[in-house]
Amino acid sequence: MRLLPFLASAIVTIGVVFVLNTQLTIGPTKSPKLGYFLSPQHGFWKNAENVNTNFDASIVAGELKGNVDVYLDDRLVPHIYADHDEDAYFVQGYLHAKYRLWQMDFQTRVASGRLSEIAGADKLSIDRFFRRLGMVYGAEQTEANINATNPVMKATVDAYTSGVNAYLKQLAPEDLPFEYKLMNYEPELWTPKKTYLFLMFMSYDLTGHSVAADLQLTNTRDFLSYDLFSKLYTNNQDSLDPIIPKGTVYQKPSIIPIKPVNADSTYLLHKSGVAYNLQTKFETSPEAPNKNNGSNNWALAGSKTKSGRPILCSDPHLGLNLPSLWYEVQITTPTHSTYGASFPGSPAVIIGFNDSLAWGVTNAGRDVLDYYELKFKDSTENEYWFNGEWKSVTKRKEVIKVKDSADVVEEIAMTHWGPAMYDAHYQNPQSKGRNLAVKWTAHNASTGVETFYQLNRAKNYDDYLHAISLWTCPGQNFVMATKSGDIAIKQQGSFVARWERQGDFIMPGQDSSYDWQGIIPNEENPIIKNPIRGFVSSANQKATDVTYPYYLGTATSFPLYRGISVNKHLINMSQITPQDMQSLQTNNYNVFAETARPALMRYLQTDKLSTDAKRMVEELTHWNLFNEEGSKGITVFKIIWDSVEQAVWSDELAGSDIPLTKPDAYVLLDQLLKDSNWSIADDIRTKDKIENFKDQVTLGVENATKKLLELEKENKLEWALFKATRVMHLTKIPALSRMNLPIGGGVNIINATTENHGPSWRMIVHMTDEIEAYGLYPGGQSGNPGSPYYDSFINYWAAGKYYHLLFLSKEKLIKNERTKWHIQFKTA
Amino acid sequence: MKIIISILLCALLAYAVGIYGNLPWWSFVVTNLIVAIVVPQKSFHSFLIGFLSIGLLWGGLALAIDQGNHHILATKVATILPLKGSYISLIVLTSFVGALLGGLASLTGSFIKMK
Repeated sequence: MRLLPFLASAIVTIGVVFVLNTQLTIGPTKSPKLGYFLSPQHGFWKNAENVNTNFDASIVAGELKGNVDVYLDDRLVPHIYADHDEDAYFVQGYLHAKYRLWQMDFQTRVASGRLSEIAGADKLSIDRFFRRLGMVYGAEQTEANINATNPVMKATVDAYTSGVNAYLKQLAPEDLPFEYKLMNYEPELWTPKKTYLFLMFMSYDLTGHSVAADLQLTNTRDFLSYDLFSKLYTNNQDSLDPIIPKGTVYQKPSIIPIKPVNADSTYLLHKSGVAYNLQTKFETSPEAPNKNNGSNNWALAGSKTKSGRPILCSDPHLGLNLPSLWYEVQITTPTHSTYGASFPGSPAVIIGFNDSLAWGVTNAGRDVLDYYELKFKDSTENEYWFNGEWKSVTKRKEVIKVKDSADVVEEIAMTHWGPAMYDAHYQNPQSKGRNLAVKWTAHNASTGVETFYQLNRAKNYDDYLHAISLWTCPGQNFVMATKSGDIAIKQQGSFVARWERQGDFIMPGQDSSYDWQGIIPNEENPIIKNPIRGFVSSANQKATDVTYPYYLGTATSFPLYRGISVNKHLINMSQITPQDMQSLQTNNYNVFAETARPALMRYLQTDKLSTDAKRMVEELTHWNLFNEEGSKGITVFKIIWDSVEQAVWSDELAGSDIPLTKPDAYVLLDQLLKDSNWSIADDIRTKDKIENFKDQVTLGVENATKKLLELEKENKLEWALFKATRVMHLTKIPALSRMNLPIGGGVNIINATTENHGPSWRMIVHMTDEIEAYGLYPGGQSGNPGSPYYDSFINYWAAGKYYHLLFLSKEKLIKNERTKWHIQFKTA
Repeated sequence: MKIIISILLCALLAYAVGIYGNLPWWSFVVTNLIVAIVVPQKSFHSFLIGFLSIGLLWGGLALAIDQGNHHILATKVATILPLKGSYISLIVLTSFVGALLGGLASLTGSFIKMK
């Protein structure tokens, strides 16, 4: 043996193995373990799925009560046929895991504040945010309640959990999903709590806008004074077309919330959070849920359709992500047969239809999260002042594990209101040193999972009413249509009976007078069934006009124009077919610009404009008012409108050290329409001159022209190029995402596709004897970036096309030419 | 001839230990080492045998997988790594990383039997 060369060579070999087996730090990120990652028998190559993969399989599972057949169609949609309901949910869990494991795991990690465990201290601020908001606390309440009181739901979630875990247990290390290999960690077994955490995350996504908005609105009010604030953030929406048509008569409210006598001085006019001495550093909060997390849905009665049968359309607008939030599935058992979009992470179908009834949801947008300001006795935060005495808190311990670092422990003071989210240990720039407790309906035990379970089985209007009566959070507008001809929409959830402006801002937390005075009884929530106009609809606008006896919340939470557009189109249509509804769901007409463009033109002093500005105005006036992919007019309109807003608001909002809430577009538009001498138009920074709308609109157009000329130079004036819609992978890695999609639409448009947000599951259901349904979501059935089914629907989605959904009995499905593969689940 | 047999033997054993995902990805280091002891060669030849065996195995497997996958994943990974989205570069890199380590392992083994 030649010792020295041997040793030298051995050391080099071991060294190379070591380096290739280590995650290297490259900038802010860590590389995969390169040797492992590249190994064709272990690493990412194993995830490069053959495009002609045969998905046939035979699986033995002792947990099953009977055999289950799954047929996959050409789009990889599973059609599950089971003899027992629990078996169906077992198989649904198995398939979710098989196709979407990483995403299920990742989303629940985000929800439970466990990102640092895999990504290191970099993600600590996000984890702290979700822990302190009470996400885990809320999921625990739901789990305890379901385990104690709801054996059927417990069995359902348990069966789903065993299905996920049956897949995990047979998963060979080399077959781990791609992202685990990239980020170098491993999945863990599923638990029912993870399902509740996932649903908690949906509550956050759809009602958590207030987490940031309430702080920002409070700071904006403090900055402007309440008087000016109430002009710029008015709750009057002149052009509102509510979900429940105007003129509907509401019954007397059973709760009449009393505004505290001192509310003006200690709440509305009060300036909070100014005299704090800050010792803590500011944490970055995750980006707040999108205000446009909304949706469209509507149902047509037979009187409006060509066939004489109802048509239901549902189209939830959410963040556009890969792998998609949605996974299509058909579940058929002796008790029901249902098709639709499911959430990987939860059993049953969430938006879909069965052989008798179809349903869809939009977000209600109601405020169900409030902040209460606390006064702690001392820095131990063991006692706080409440109703004239020092009251003890209980401390909730949340341990955050951090990769390559010590655990971080959050000691959260639990108060009468809820968790003290912000305190001396946790602040962000908007919380400004205040001690704030969060009260949120999502902290209460939820029976939401049963709502979907029941809707999957609902046969008629009464079943639908019963199913949704179990729904608490996030508040939704549930639309439905039945084969027998009924249509209805109801806004349902646990809604707080509020006095006007209650909870729009941070509330005093030192006595119970600012507490919620009740939850509005279900039977007083807005509802409409079979209206004379032949349709029901919602698009996140306010549910009712001002005659509804409860305060709906600050108007800034409610998009106005999409609803106007939907109703305007539906009123004028008749003899409607599903194809007409496809055109409507993908409609790009800009109803806001229809009013705003002439309003702007009225004030524009064209003679004062530069040649370039005149050219841009020319482009604007020739625009056909459709936000089409290739349109330049909409880009010009958007930049001009933003620029006019900037000219009007920027002086009032100037000088703040933190970002303030921008007034909504309708505020300016309503003023442009009625009052040419609105005092706010004046730029208060110019002392010697009083500007009016004419000055500001002309200035806005001139400023916009500079930006537009730049865009023109970059060749980004066409709407799709300017907007650059993308569907991002959950890790935000561009290579795993789809960028710059050729699609129109936008804010205020029925086709509500913005940069990273939009229609996430377009569905149209025609309630004929054999149900005729169309749908798709911007993603693909496989979560594997190495599969051709990863993003297979995206081009079709962007083009506004639809798939005809296969909803068939087992016998018919087997014979269908689109049925491709068969997975047999056999009981042991 | 002995060289070719050694190459085939190394590749075969490396493939065999690679089937078991529970074994570490670098298990071929051990099998290459053993082959170099059992079938002694000059050090340079050993390095070449180890280099070619794993290089061809990894490159060949990657190439075959990539063909069947129509470059879908390789293009994405070659953008992340970053190799400008070139699946060919990624296959070459894969092959080279395996080859380098395979060569070093065989070289190390060759010194054990050498006098």
